[in-house]
Amino acid sequence: MLYRESGQYKTSYIADQAIFPIREDRIGMAVIGVVALAIPFFASDFFLNAIMTPFLILALAAIGLNILTGYAGQLSLGSGAFMGVGAYSCYKLTTYFPDVNIVILVLISGLFSAGIGVIFGLPSLRIKGLYLAVTTLAAQFFLEWCFIRIPWLYNYNASGAIEVPVRRGFGDIILTGPSASAMTQYFVVLGIVVVVTLVVKNIVRGRIGRQWMMIRDMDIAAELMGVRPLTAKLSAFAVSSYLCGVAGAMFIFFYLGAAEPSAFSITLSFQILFMVILGGLGSLVGSFFGAAFIWGLPIVLRAGFPALGLNVGAEVIFHVAQMVVGALIILFLITEPHGLARLWQIGKEKLRVWPFPYA
Amino acid sequence: MDILYSVLIDPFVQMADMPDFLLQVLWEGFVAGVLYALIALGFVLIYKASGVFNFAQGIMVVFAALTLVGLHEKGVPAYLALILTIGVMGILALTVERFVMRPLVNQPDIILLMSTIGLTYFLVGFGEFVFGGEPKQMITSQLGLPTGSSAIEIGDGGLLILQHIDIAAAVIAIIMVAVLAVFFNKTRIGRALRAVADDHQAALSVGISLNQIWAIVWFAAGIVALTTGIMWGARSDVSFALEIIAFKALPVLILGGFTSIPGAIVGGLIIGIGEKIGEIYWGPLVGGGIESWLAYMIALIFLLFRPQGLFGERIIERV
Repeated sequence: MLYRESGQYKTSYIADQAIFPIREDRIGMAVIGVVALAIPFFASDFFLNAIMTPFLILALAAIGLNILTGYAGQLSLGSGAFMGVGAYSCYKLTTYFPDVNIVILVLISGLFSAGIGVIFGLPSLRIKGLYLAVTTLAAQFFLEWCFIRIPWLYNYNASGAIEVPVRRGFGDIILTGPSASAMTQYFVVLGIVVVVTLVVKNIVRGRIGRQWMMIRDMDIAAELMGVRPLTAKLSAFAVSSYLCGVAGAMFIFFYLGAAEPSAFSITLSFQILFMVILGGLGSLVGSFFGAAFIWGLPIVLRAGFPALGLNVGAEVIFHVAQMVVGALIILFLITEPHGLARLWQIGKEKLRVWPFPYA
Repeated sequence: MDILYSVLIDPFVQMADMPDFLLQVLWEGFVAGVLYALIALGFVLIYKASGVFNFAQGIMVVFAALTLVGLHEKGVPAYLALILTIGVMGILALTVERFVMRPLVNQPDIILLMSTIGLTYFLVGFGEFVFGGEPKQMITSQLGLPTGSSAIEIGDGGLLILQHIDIAAAVIAIIMVAVLAVFFNKTRIGRALRAVADDHQAALSVGISLNQIWAIVWFAAGIVALTTGIMWGARSDVSFALEIIAFKALPVLILGGFTSIPGAIVGGLIIGIGEKIGEIYWGPLVGGGIESWLAYMIALIFLLFRPQGLFGERIIERV
């Protein structure tokens, strides 16, 4: 009734190949766009700063990992470190080029991350599956060590942490630093995430994306059919690390404001992997769902205990929240191993044929 | 040239200069390697029987040690606490089998891996919730384990210091591997375990219960975890900071191959000794702390030549 595409005829190839071929989808996206633009005018700074901005950033990181794991089938546990590469290179870039707009630098810093990603992607040509996952941990620990042991990366700060300097752009608006407003940062992040996601959407439904999926489904067969594993796998590593790098740079510059190397530890890698798995492998919208779920759940749990009138210590809440997250993850994997994206898809299918159970 | 000298020659000169120190380093590496091998052994047990990459093995080590110490702190005598902890690991094995592994049977590797990471989160939260997060002292002497150390004189005035607990750890590890070997080869359940590891369907068809085997294998991994936890806890405090050793066991695992028990042992020793030597003799060149990733690099180099690990089954791919 609400969601039915019957009667919408495609009369040209362009219409048939549109990103959102169904009118209801376009309306839905427009509504989401309006809501996303309207949120800052109604929500508190806390909501923007602590929930919306990191959600968008982590969703982008999850998309990055999804490219590698969900589309190209290469399991990686090093995405946190690749975010770190983006963050540190953005920090160095803005040190050397303080006058260049920070948004441009954020987008450039992803290139460094992509380069490092390609280097650590090389073993994937020979090593597969879980063995590869463990070798990506080499990237994680090695890069983490670099962030601690190479003082040049953090400009020889005594604290060993990087602190985001104040940067202005777009006609003297303060974009980063402690004095930047939550609303500005939200809009900048929103803009970057939307643009990058659109680009990625077009990559994955084009030739390159199809090559990735062929490699994922059966790499030997793909090779026999003329897909070069070298270019396909390494391009997946490059695009994935680029997205993670951009997300990492934004994570520091528009969310944390200052960071120690531990911000990019293995915990972050796992969090992103959870977002991808719970959201749905090989689904961009799933990455957003997963990010919302994993980022939102602990916040809801922490807020939930006092709301229920339980007066317990912060530490206990933290432990219980961790237990609940762990249990929920297992529960989720059992009930829907294909993730939230699959639930979303099932919901849409049901709506299409409603009120009939089957089409 | 200076760099080449300090990388290629100087470390060996140092080794030759102080042979007693080198022996000490080798011994430390050996003990660490034994413990890595024990953790990897727990992984291998579960992977062979169920194809699950049990990421939670490292946490089970800490959880077992924490339960033991926590029970003792609450006034339970040491040996009773040990038995109770074994019981707790048994309950954990049954719970995991019933509520995690059984519903997830036949899912892709990555889903199973994620479920064990979920289990990791749960166990960390649960352990800290029940026993508190602060580091605890392992009850070494109460369990009748030796403490103290003895020094052996080598050559002209060199000293090799051996901690008694380390010797005990090595001995217990060897006994444990021997017991496991006998268990696998001589007992009915052990043979069933090997049958399941070889072929699930064939094992099912001759009347072996997969669920039962999985519970047993998780329990065996729990016992291995408890042993490792006691030994490791005696060398440092017991807290979830120990989970870092879980990450150390992963390169051991890929080096030895996921399915090979001898591989886990050899891999553990290579990694343990290799990373100690690397850290002591080459570490200072790049500012130290390379222990955190050196093991992975060693494993990575081995993997480039043998993608299935040193002792892993050859991966045959067909279209």
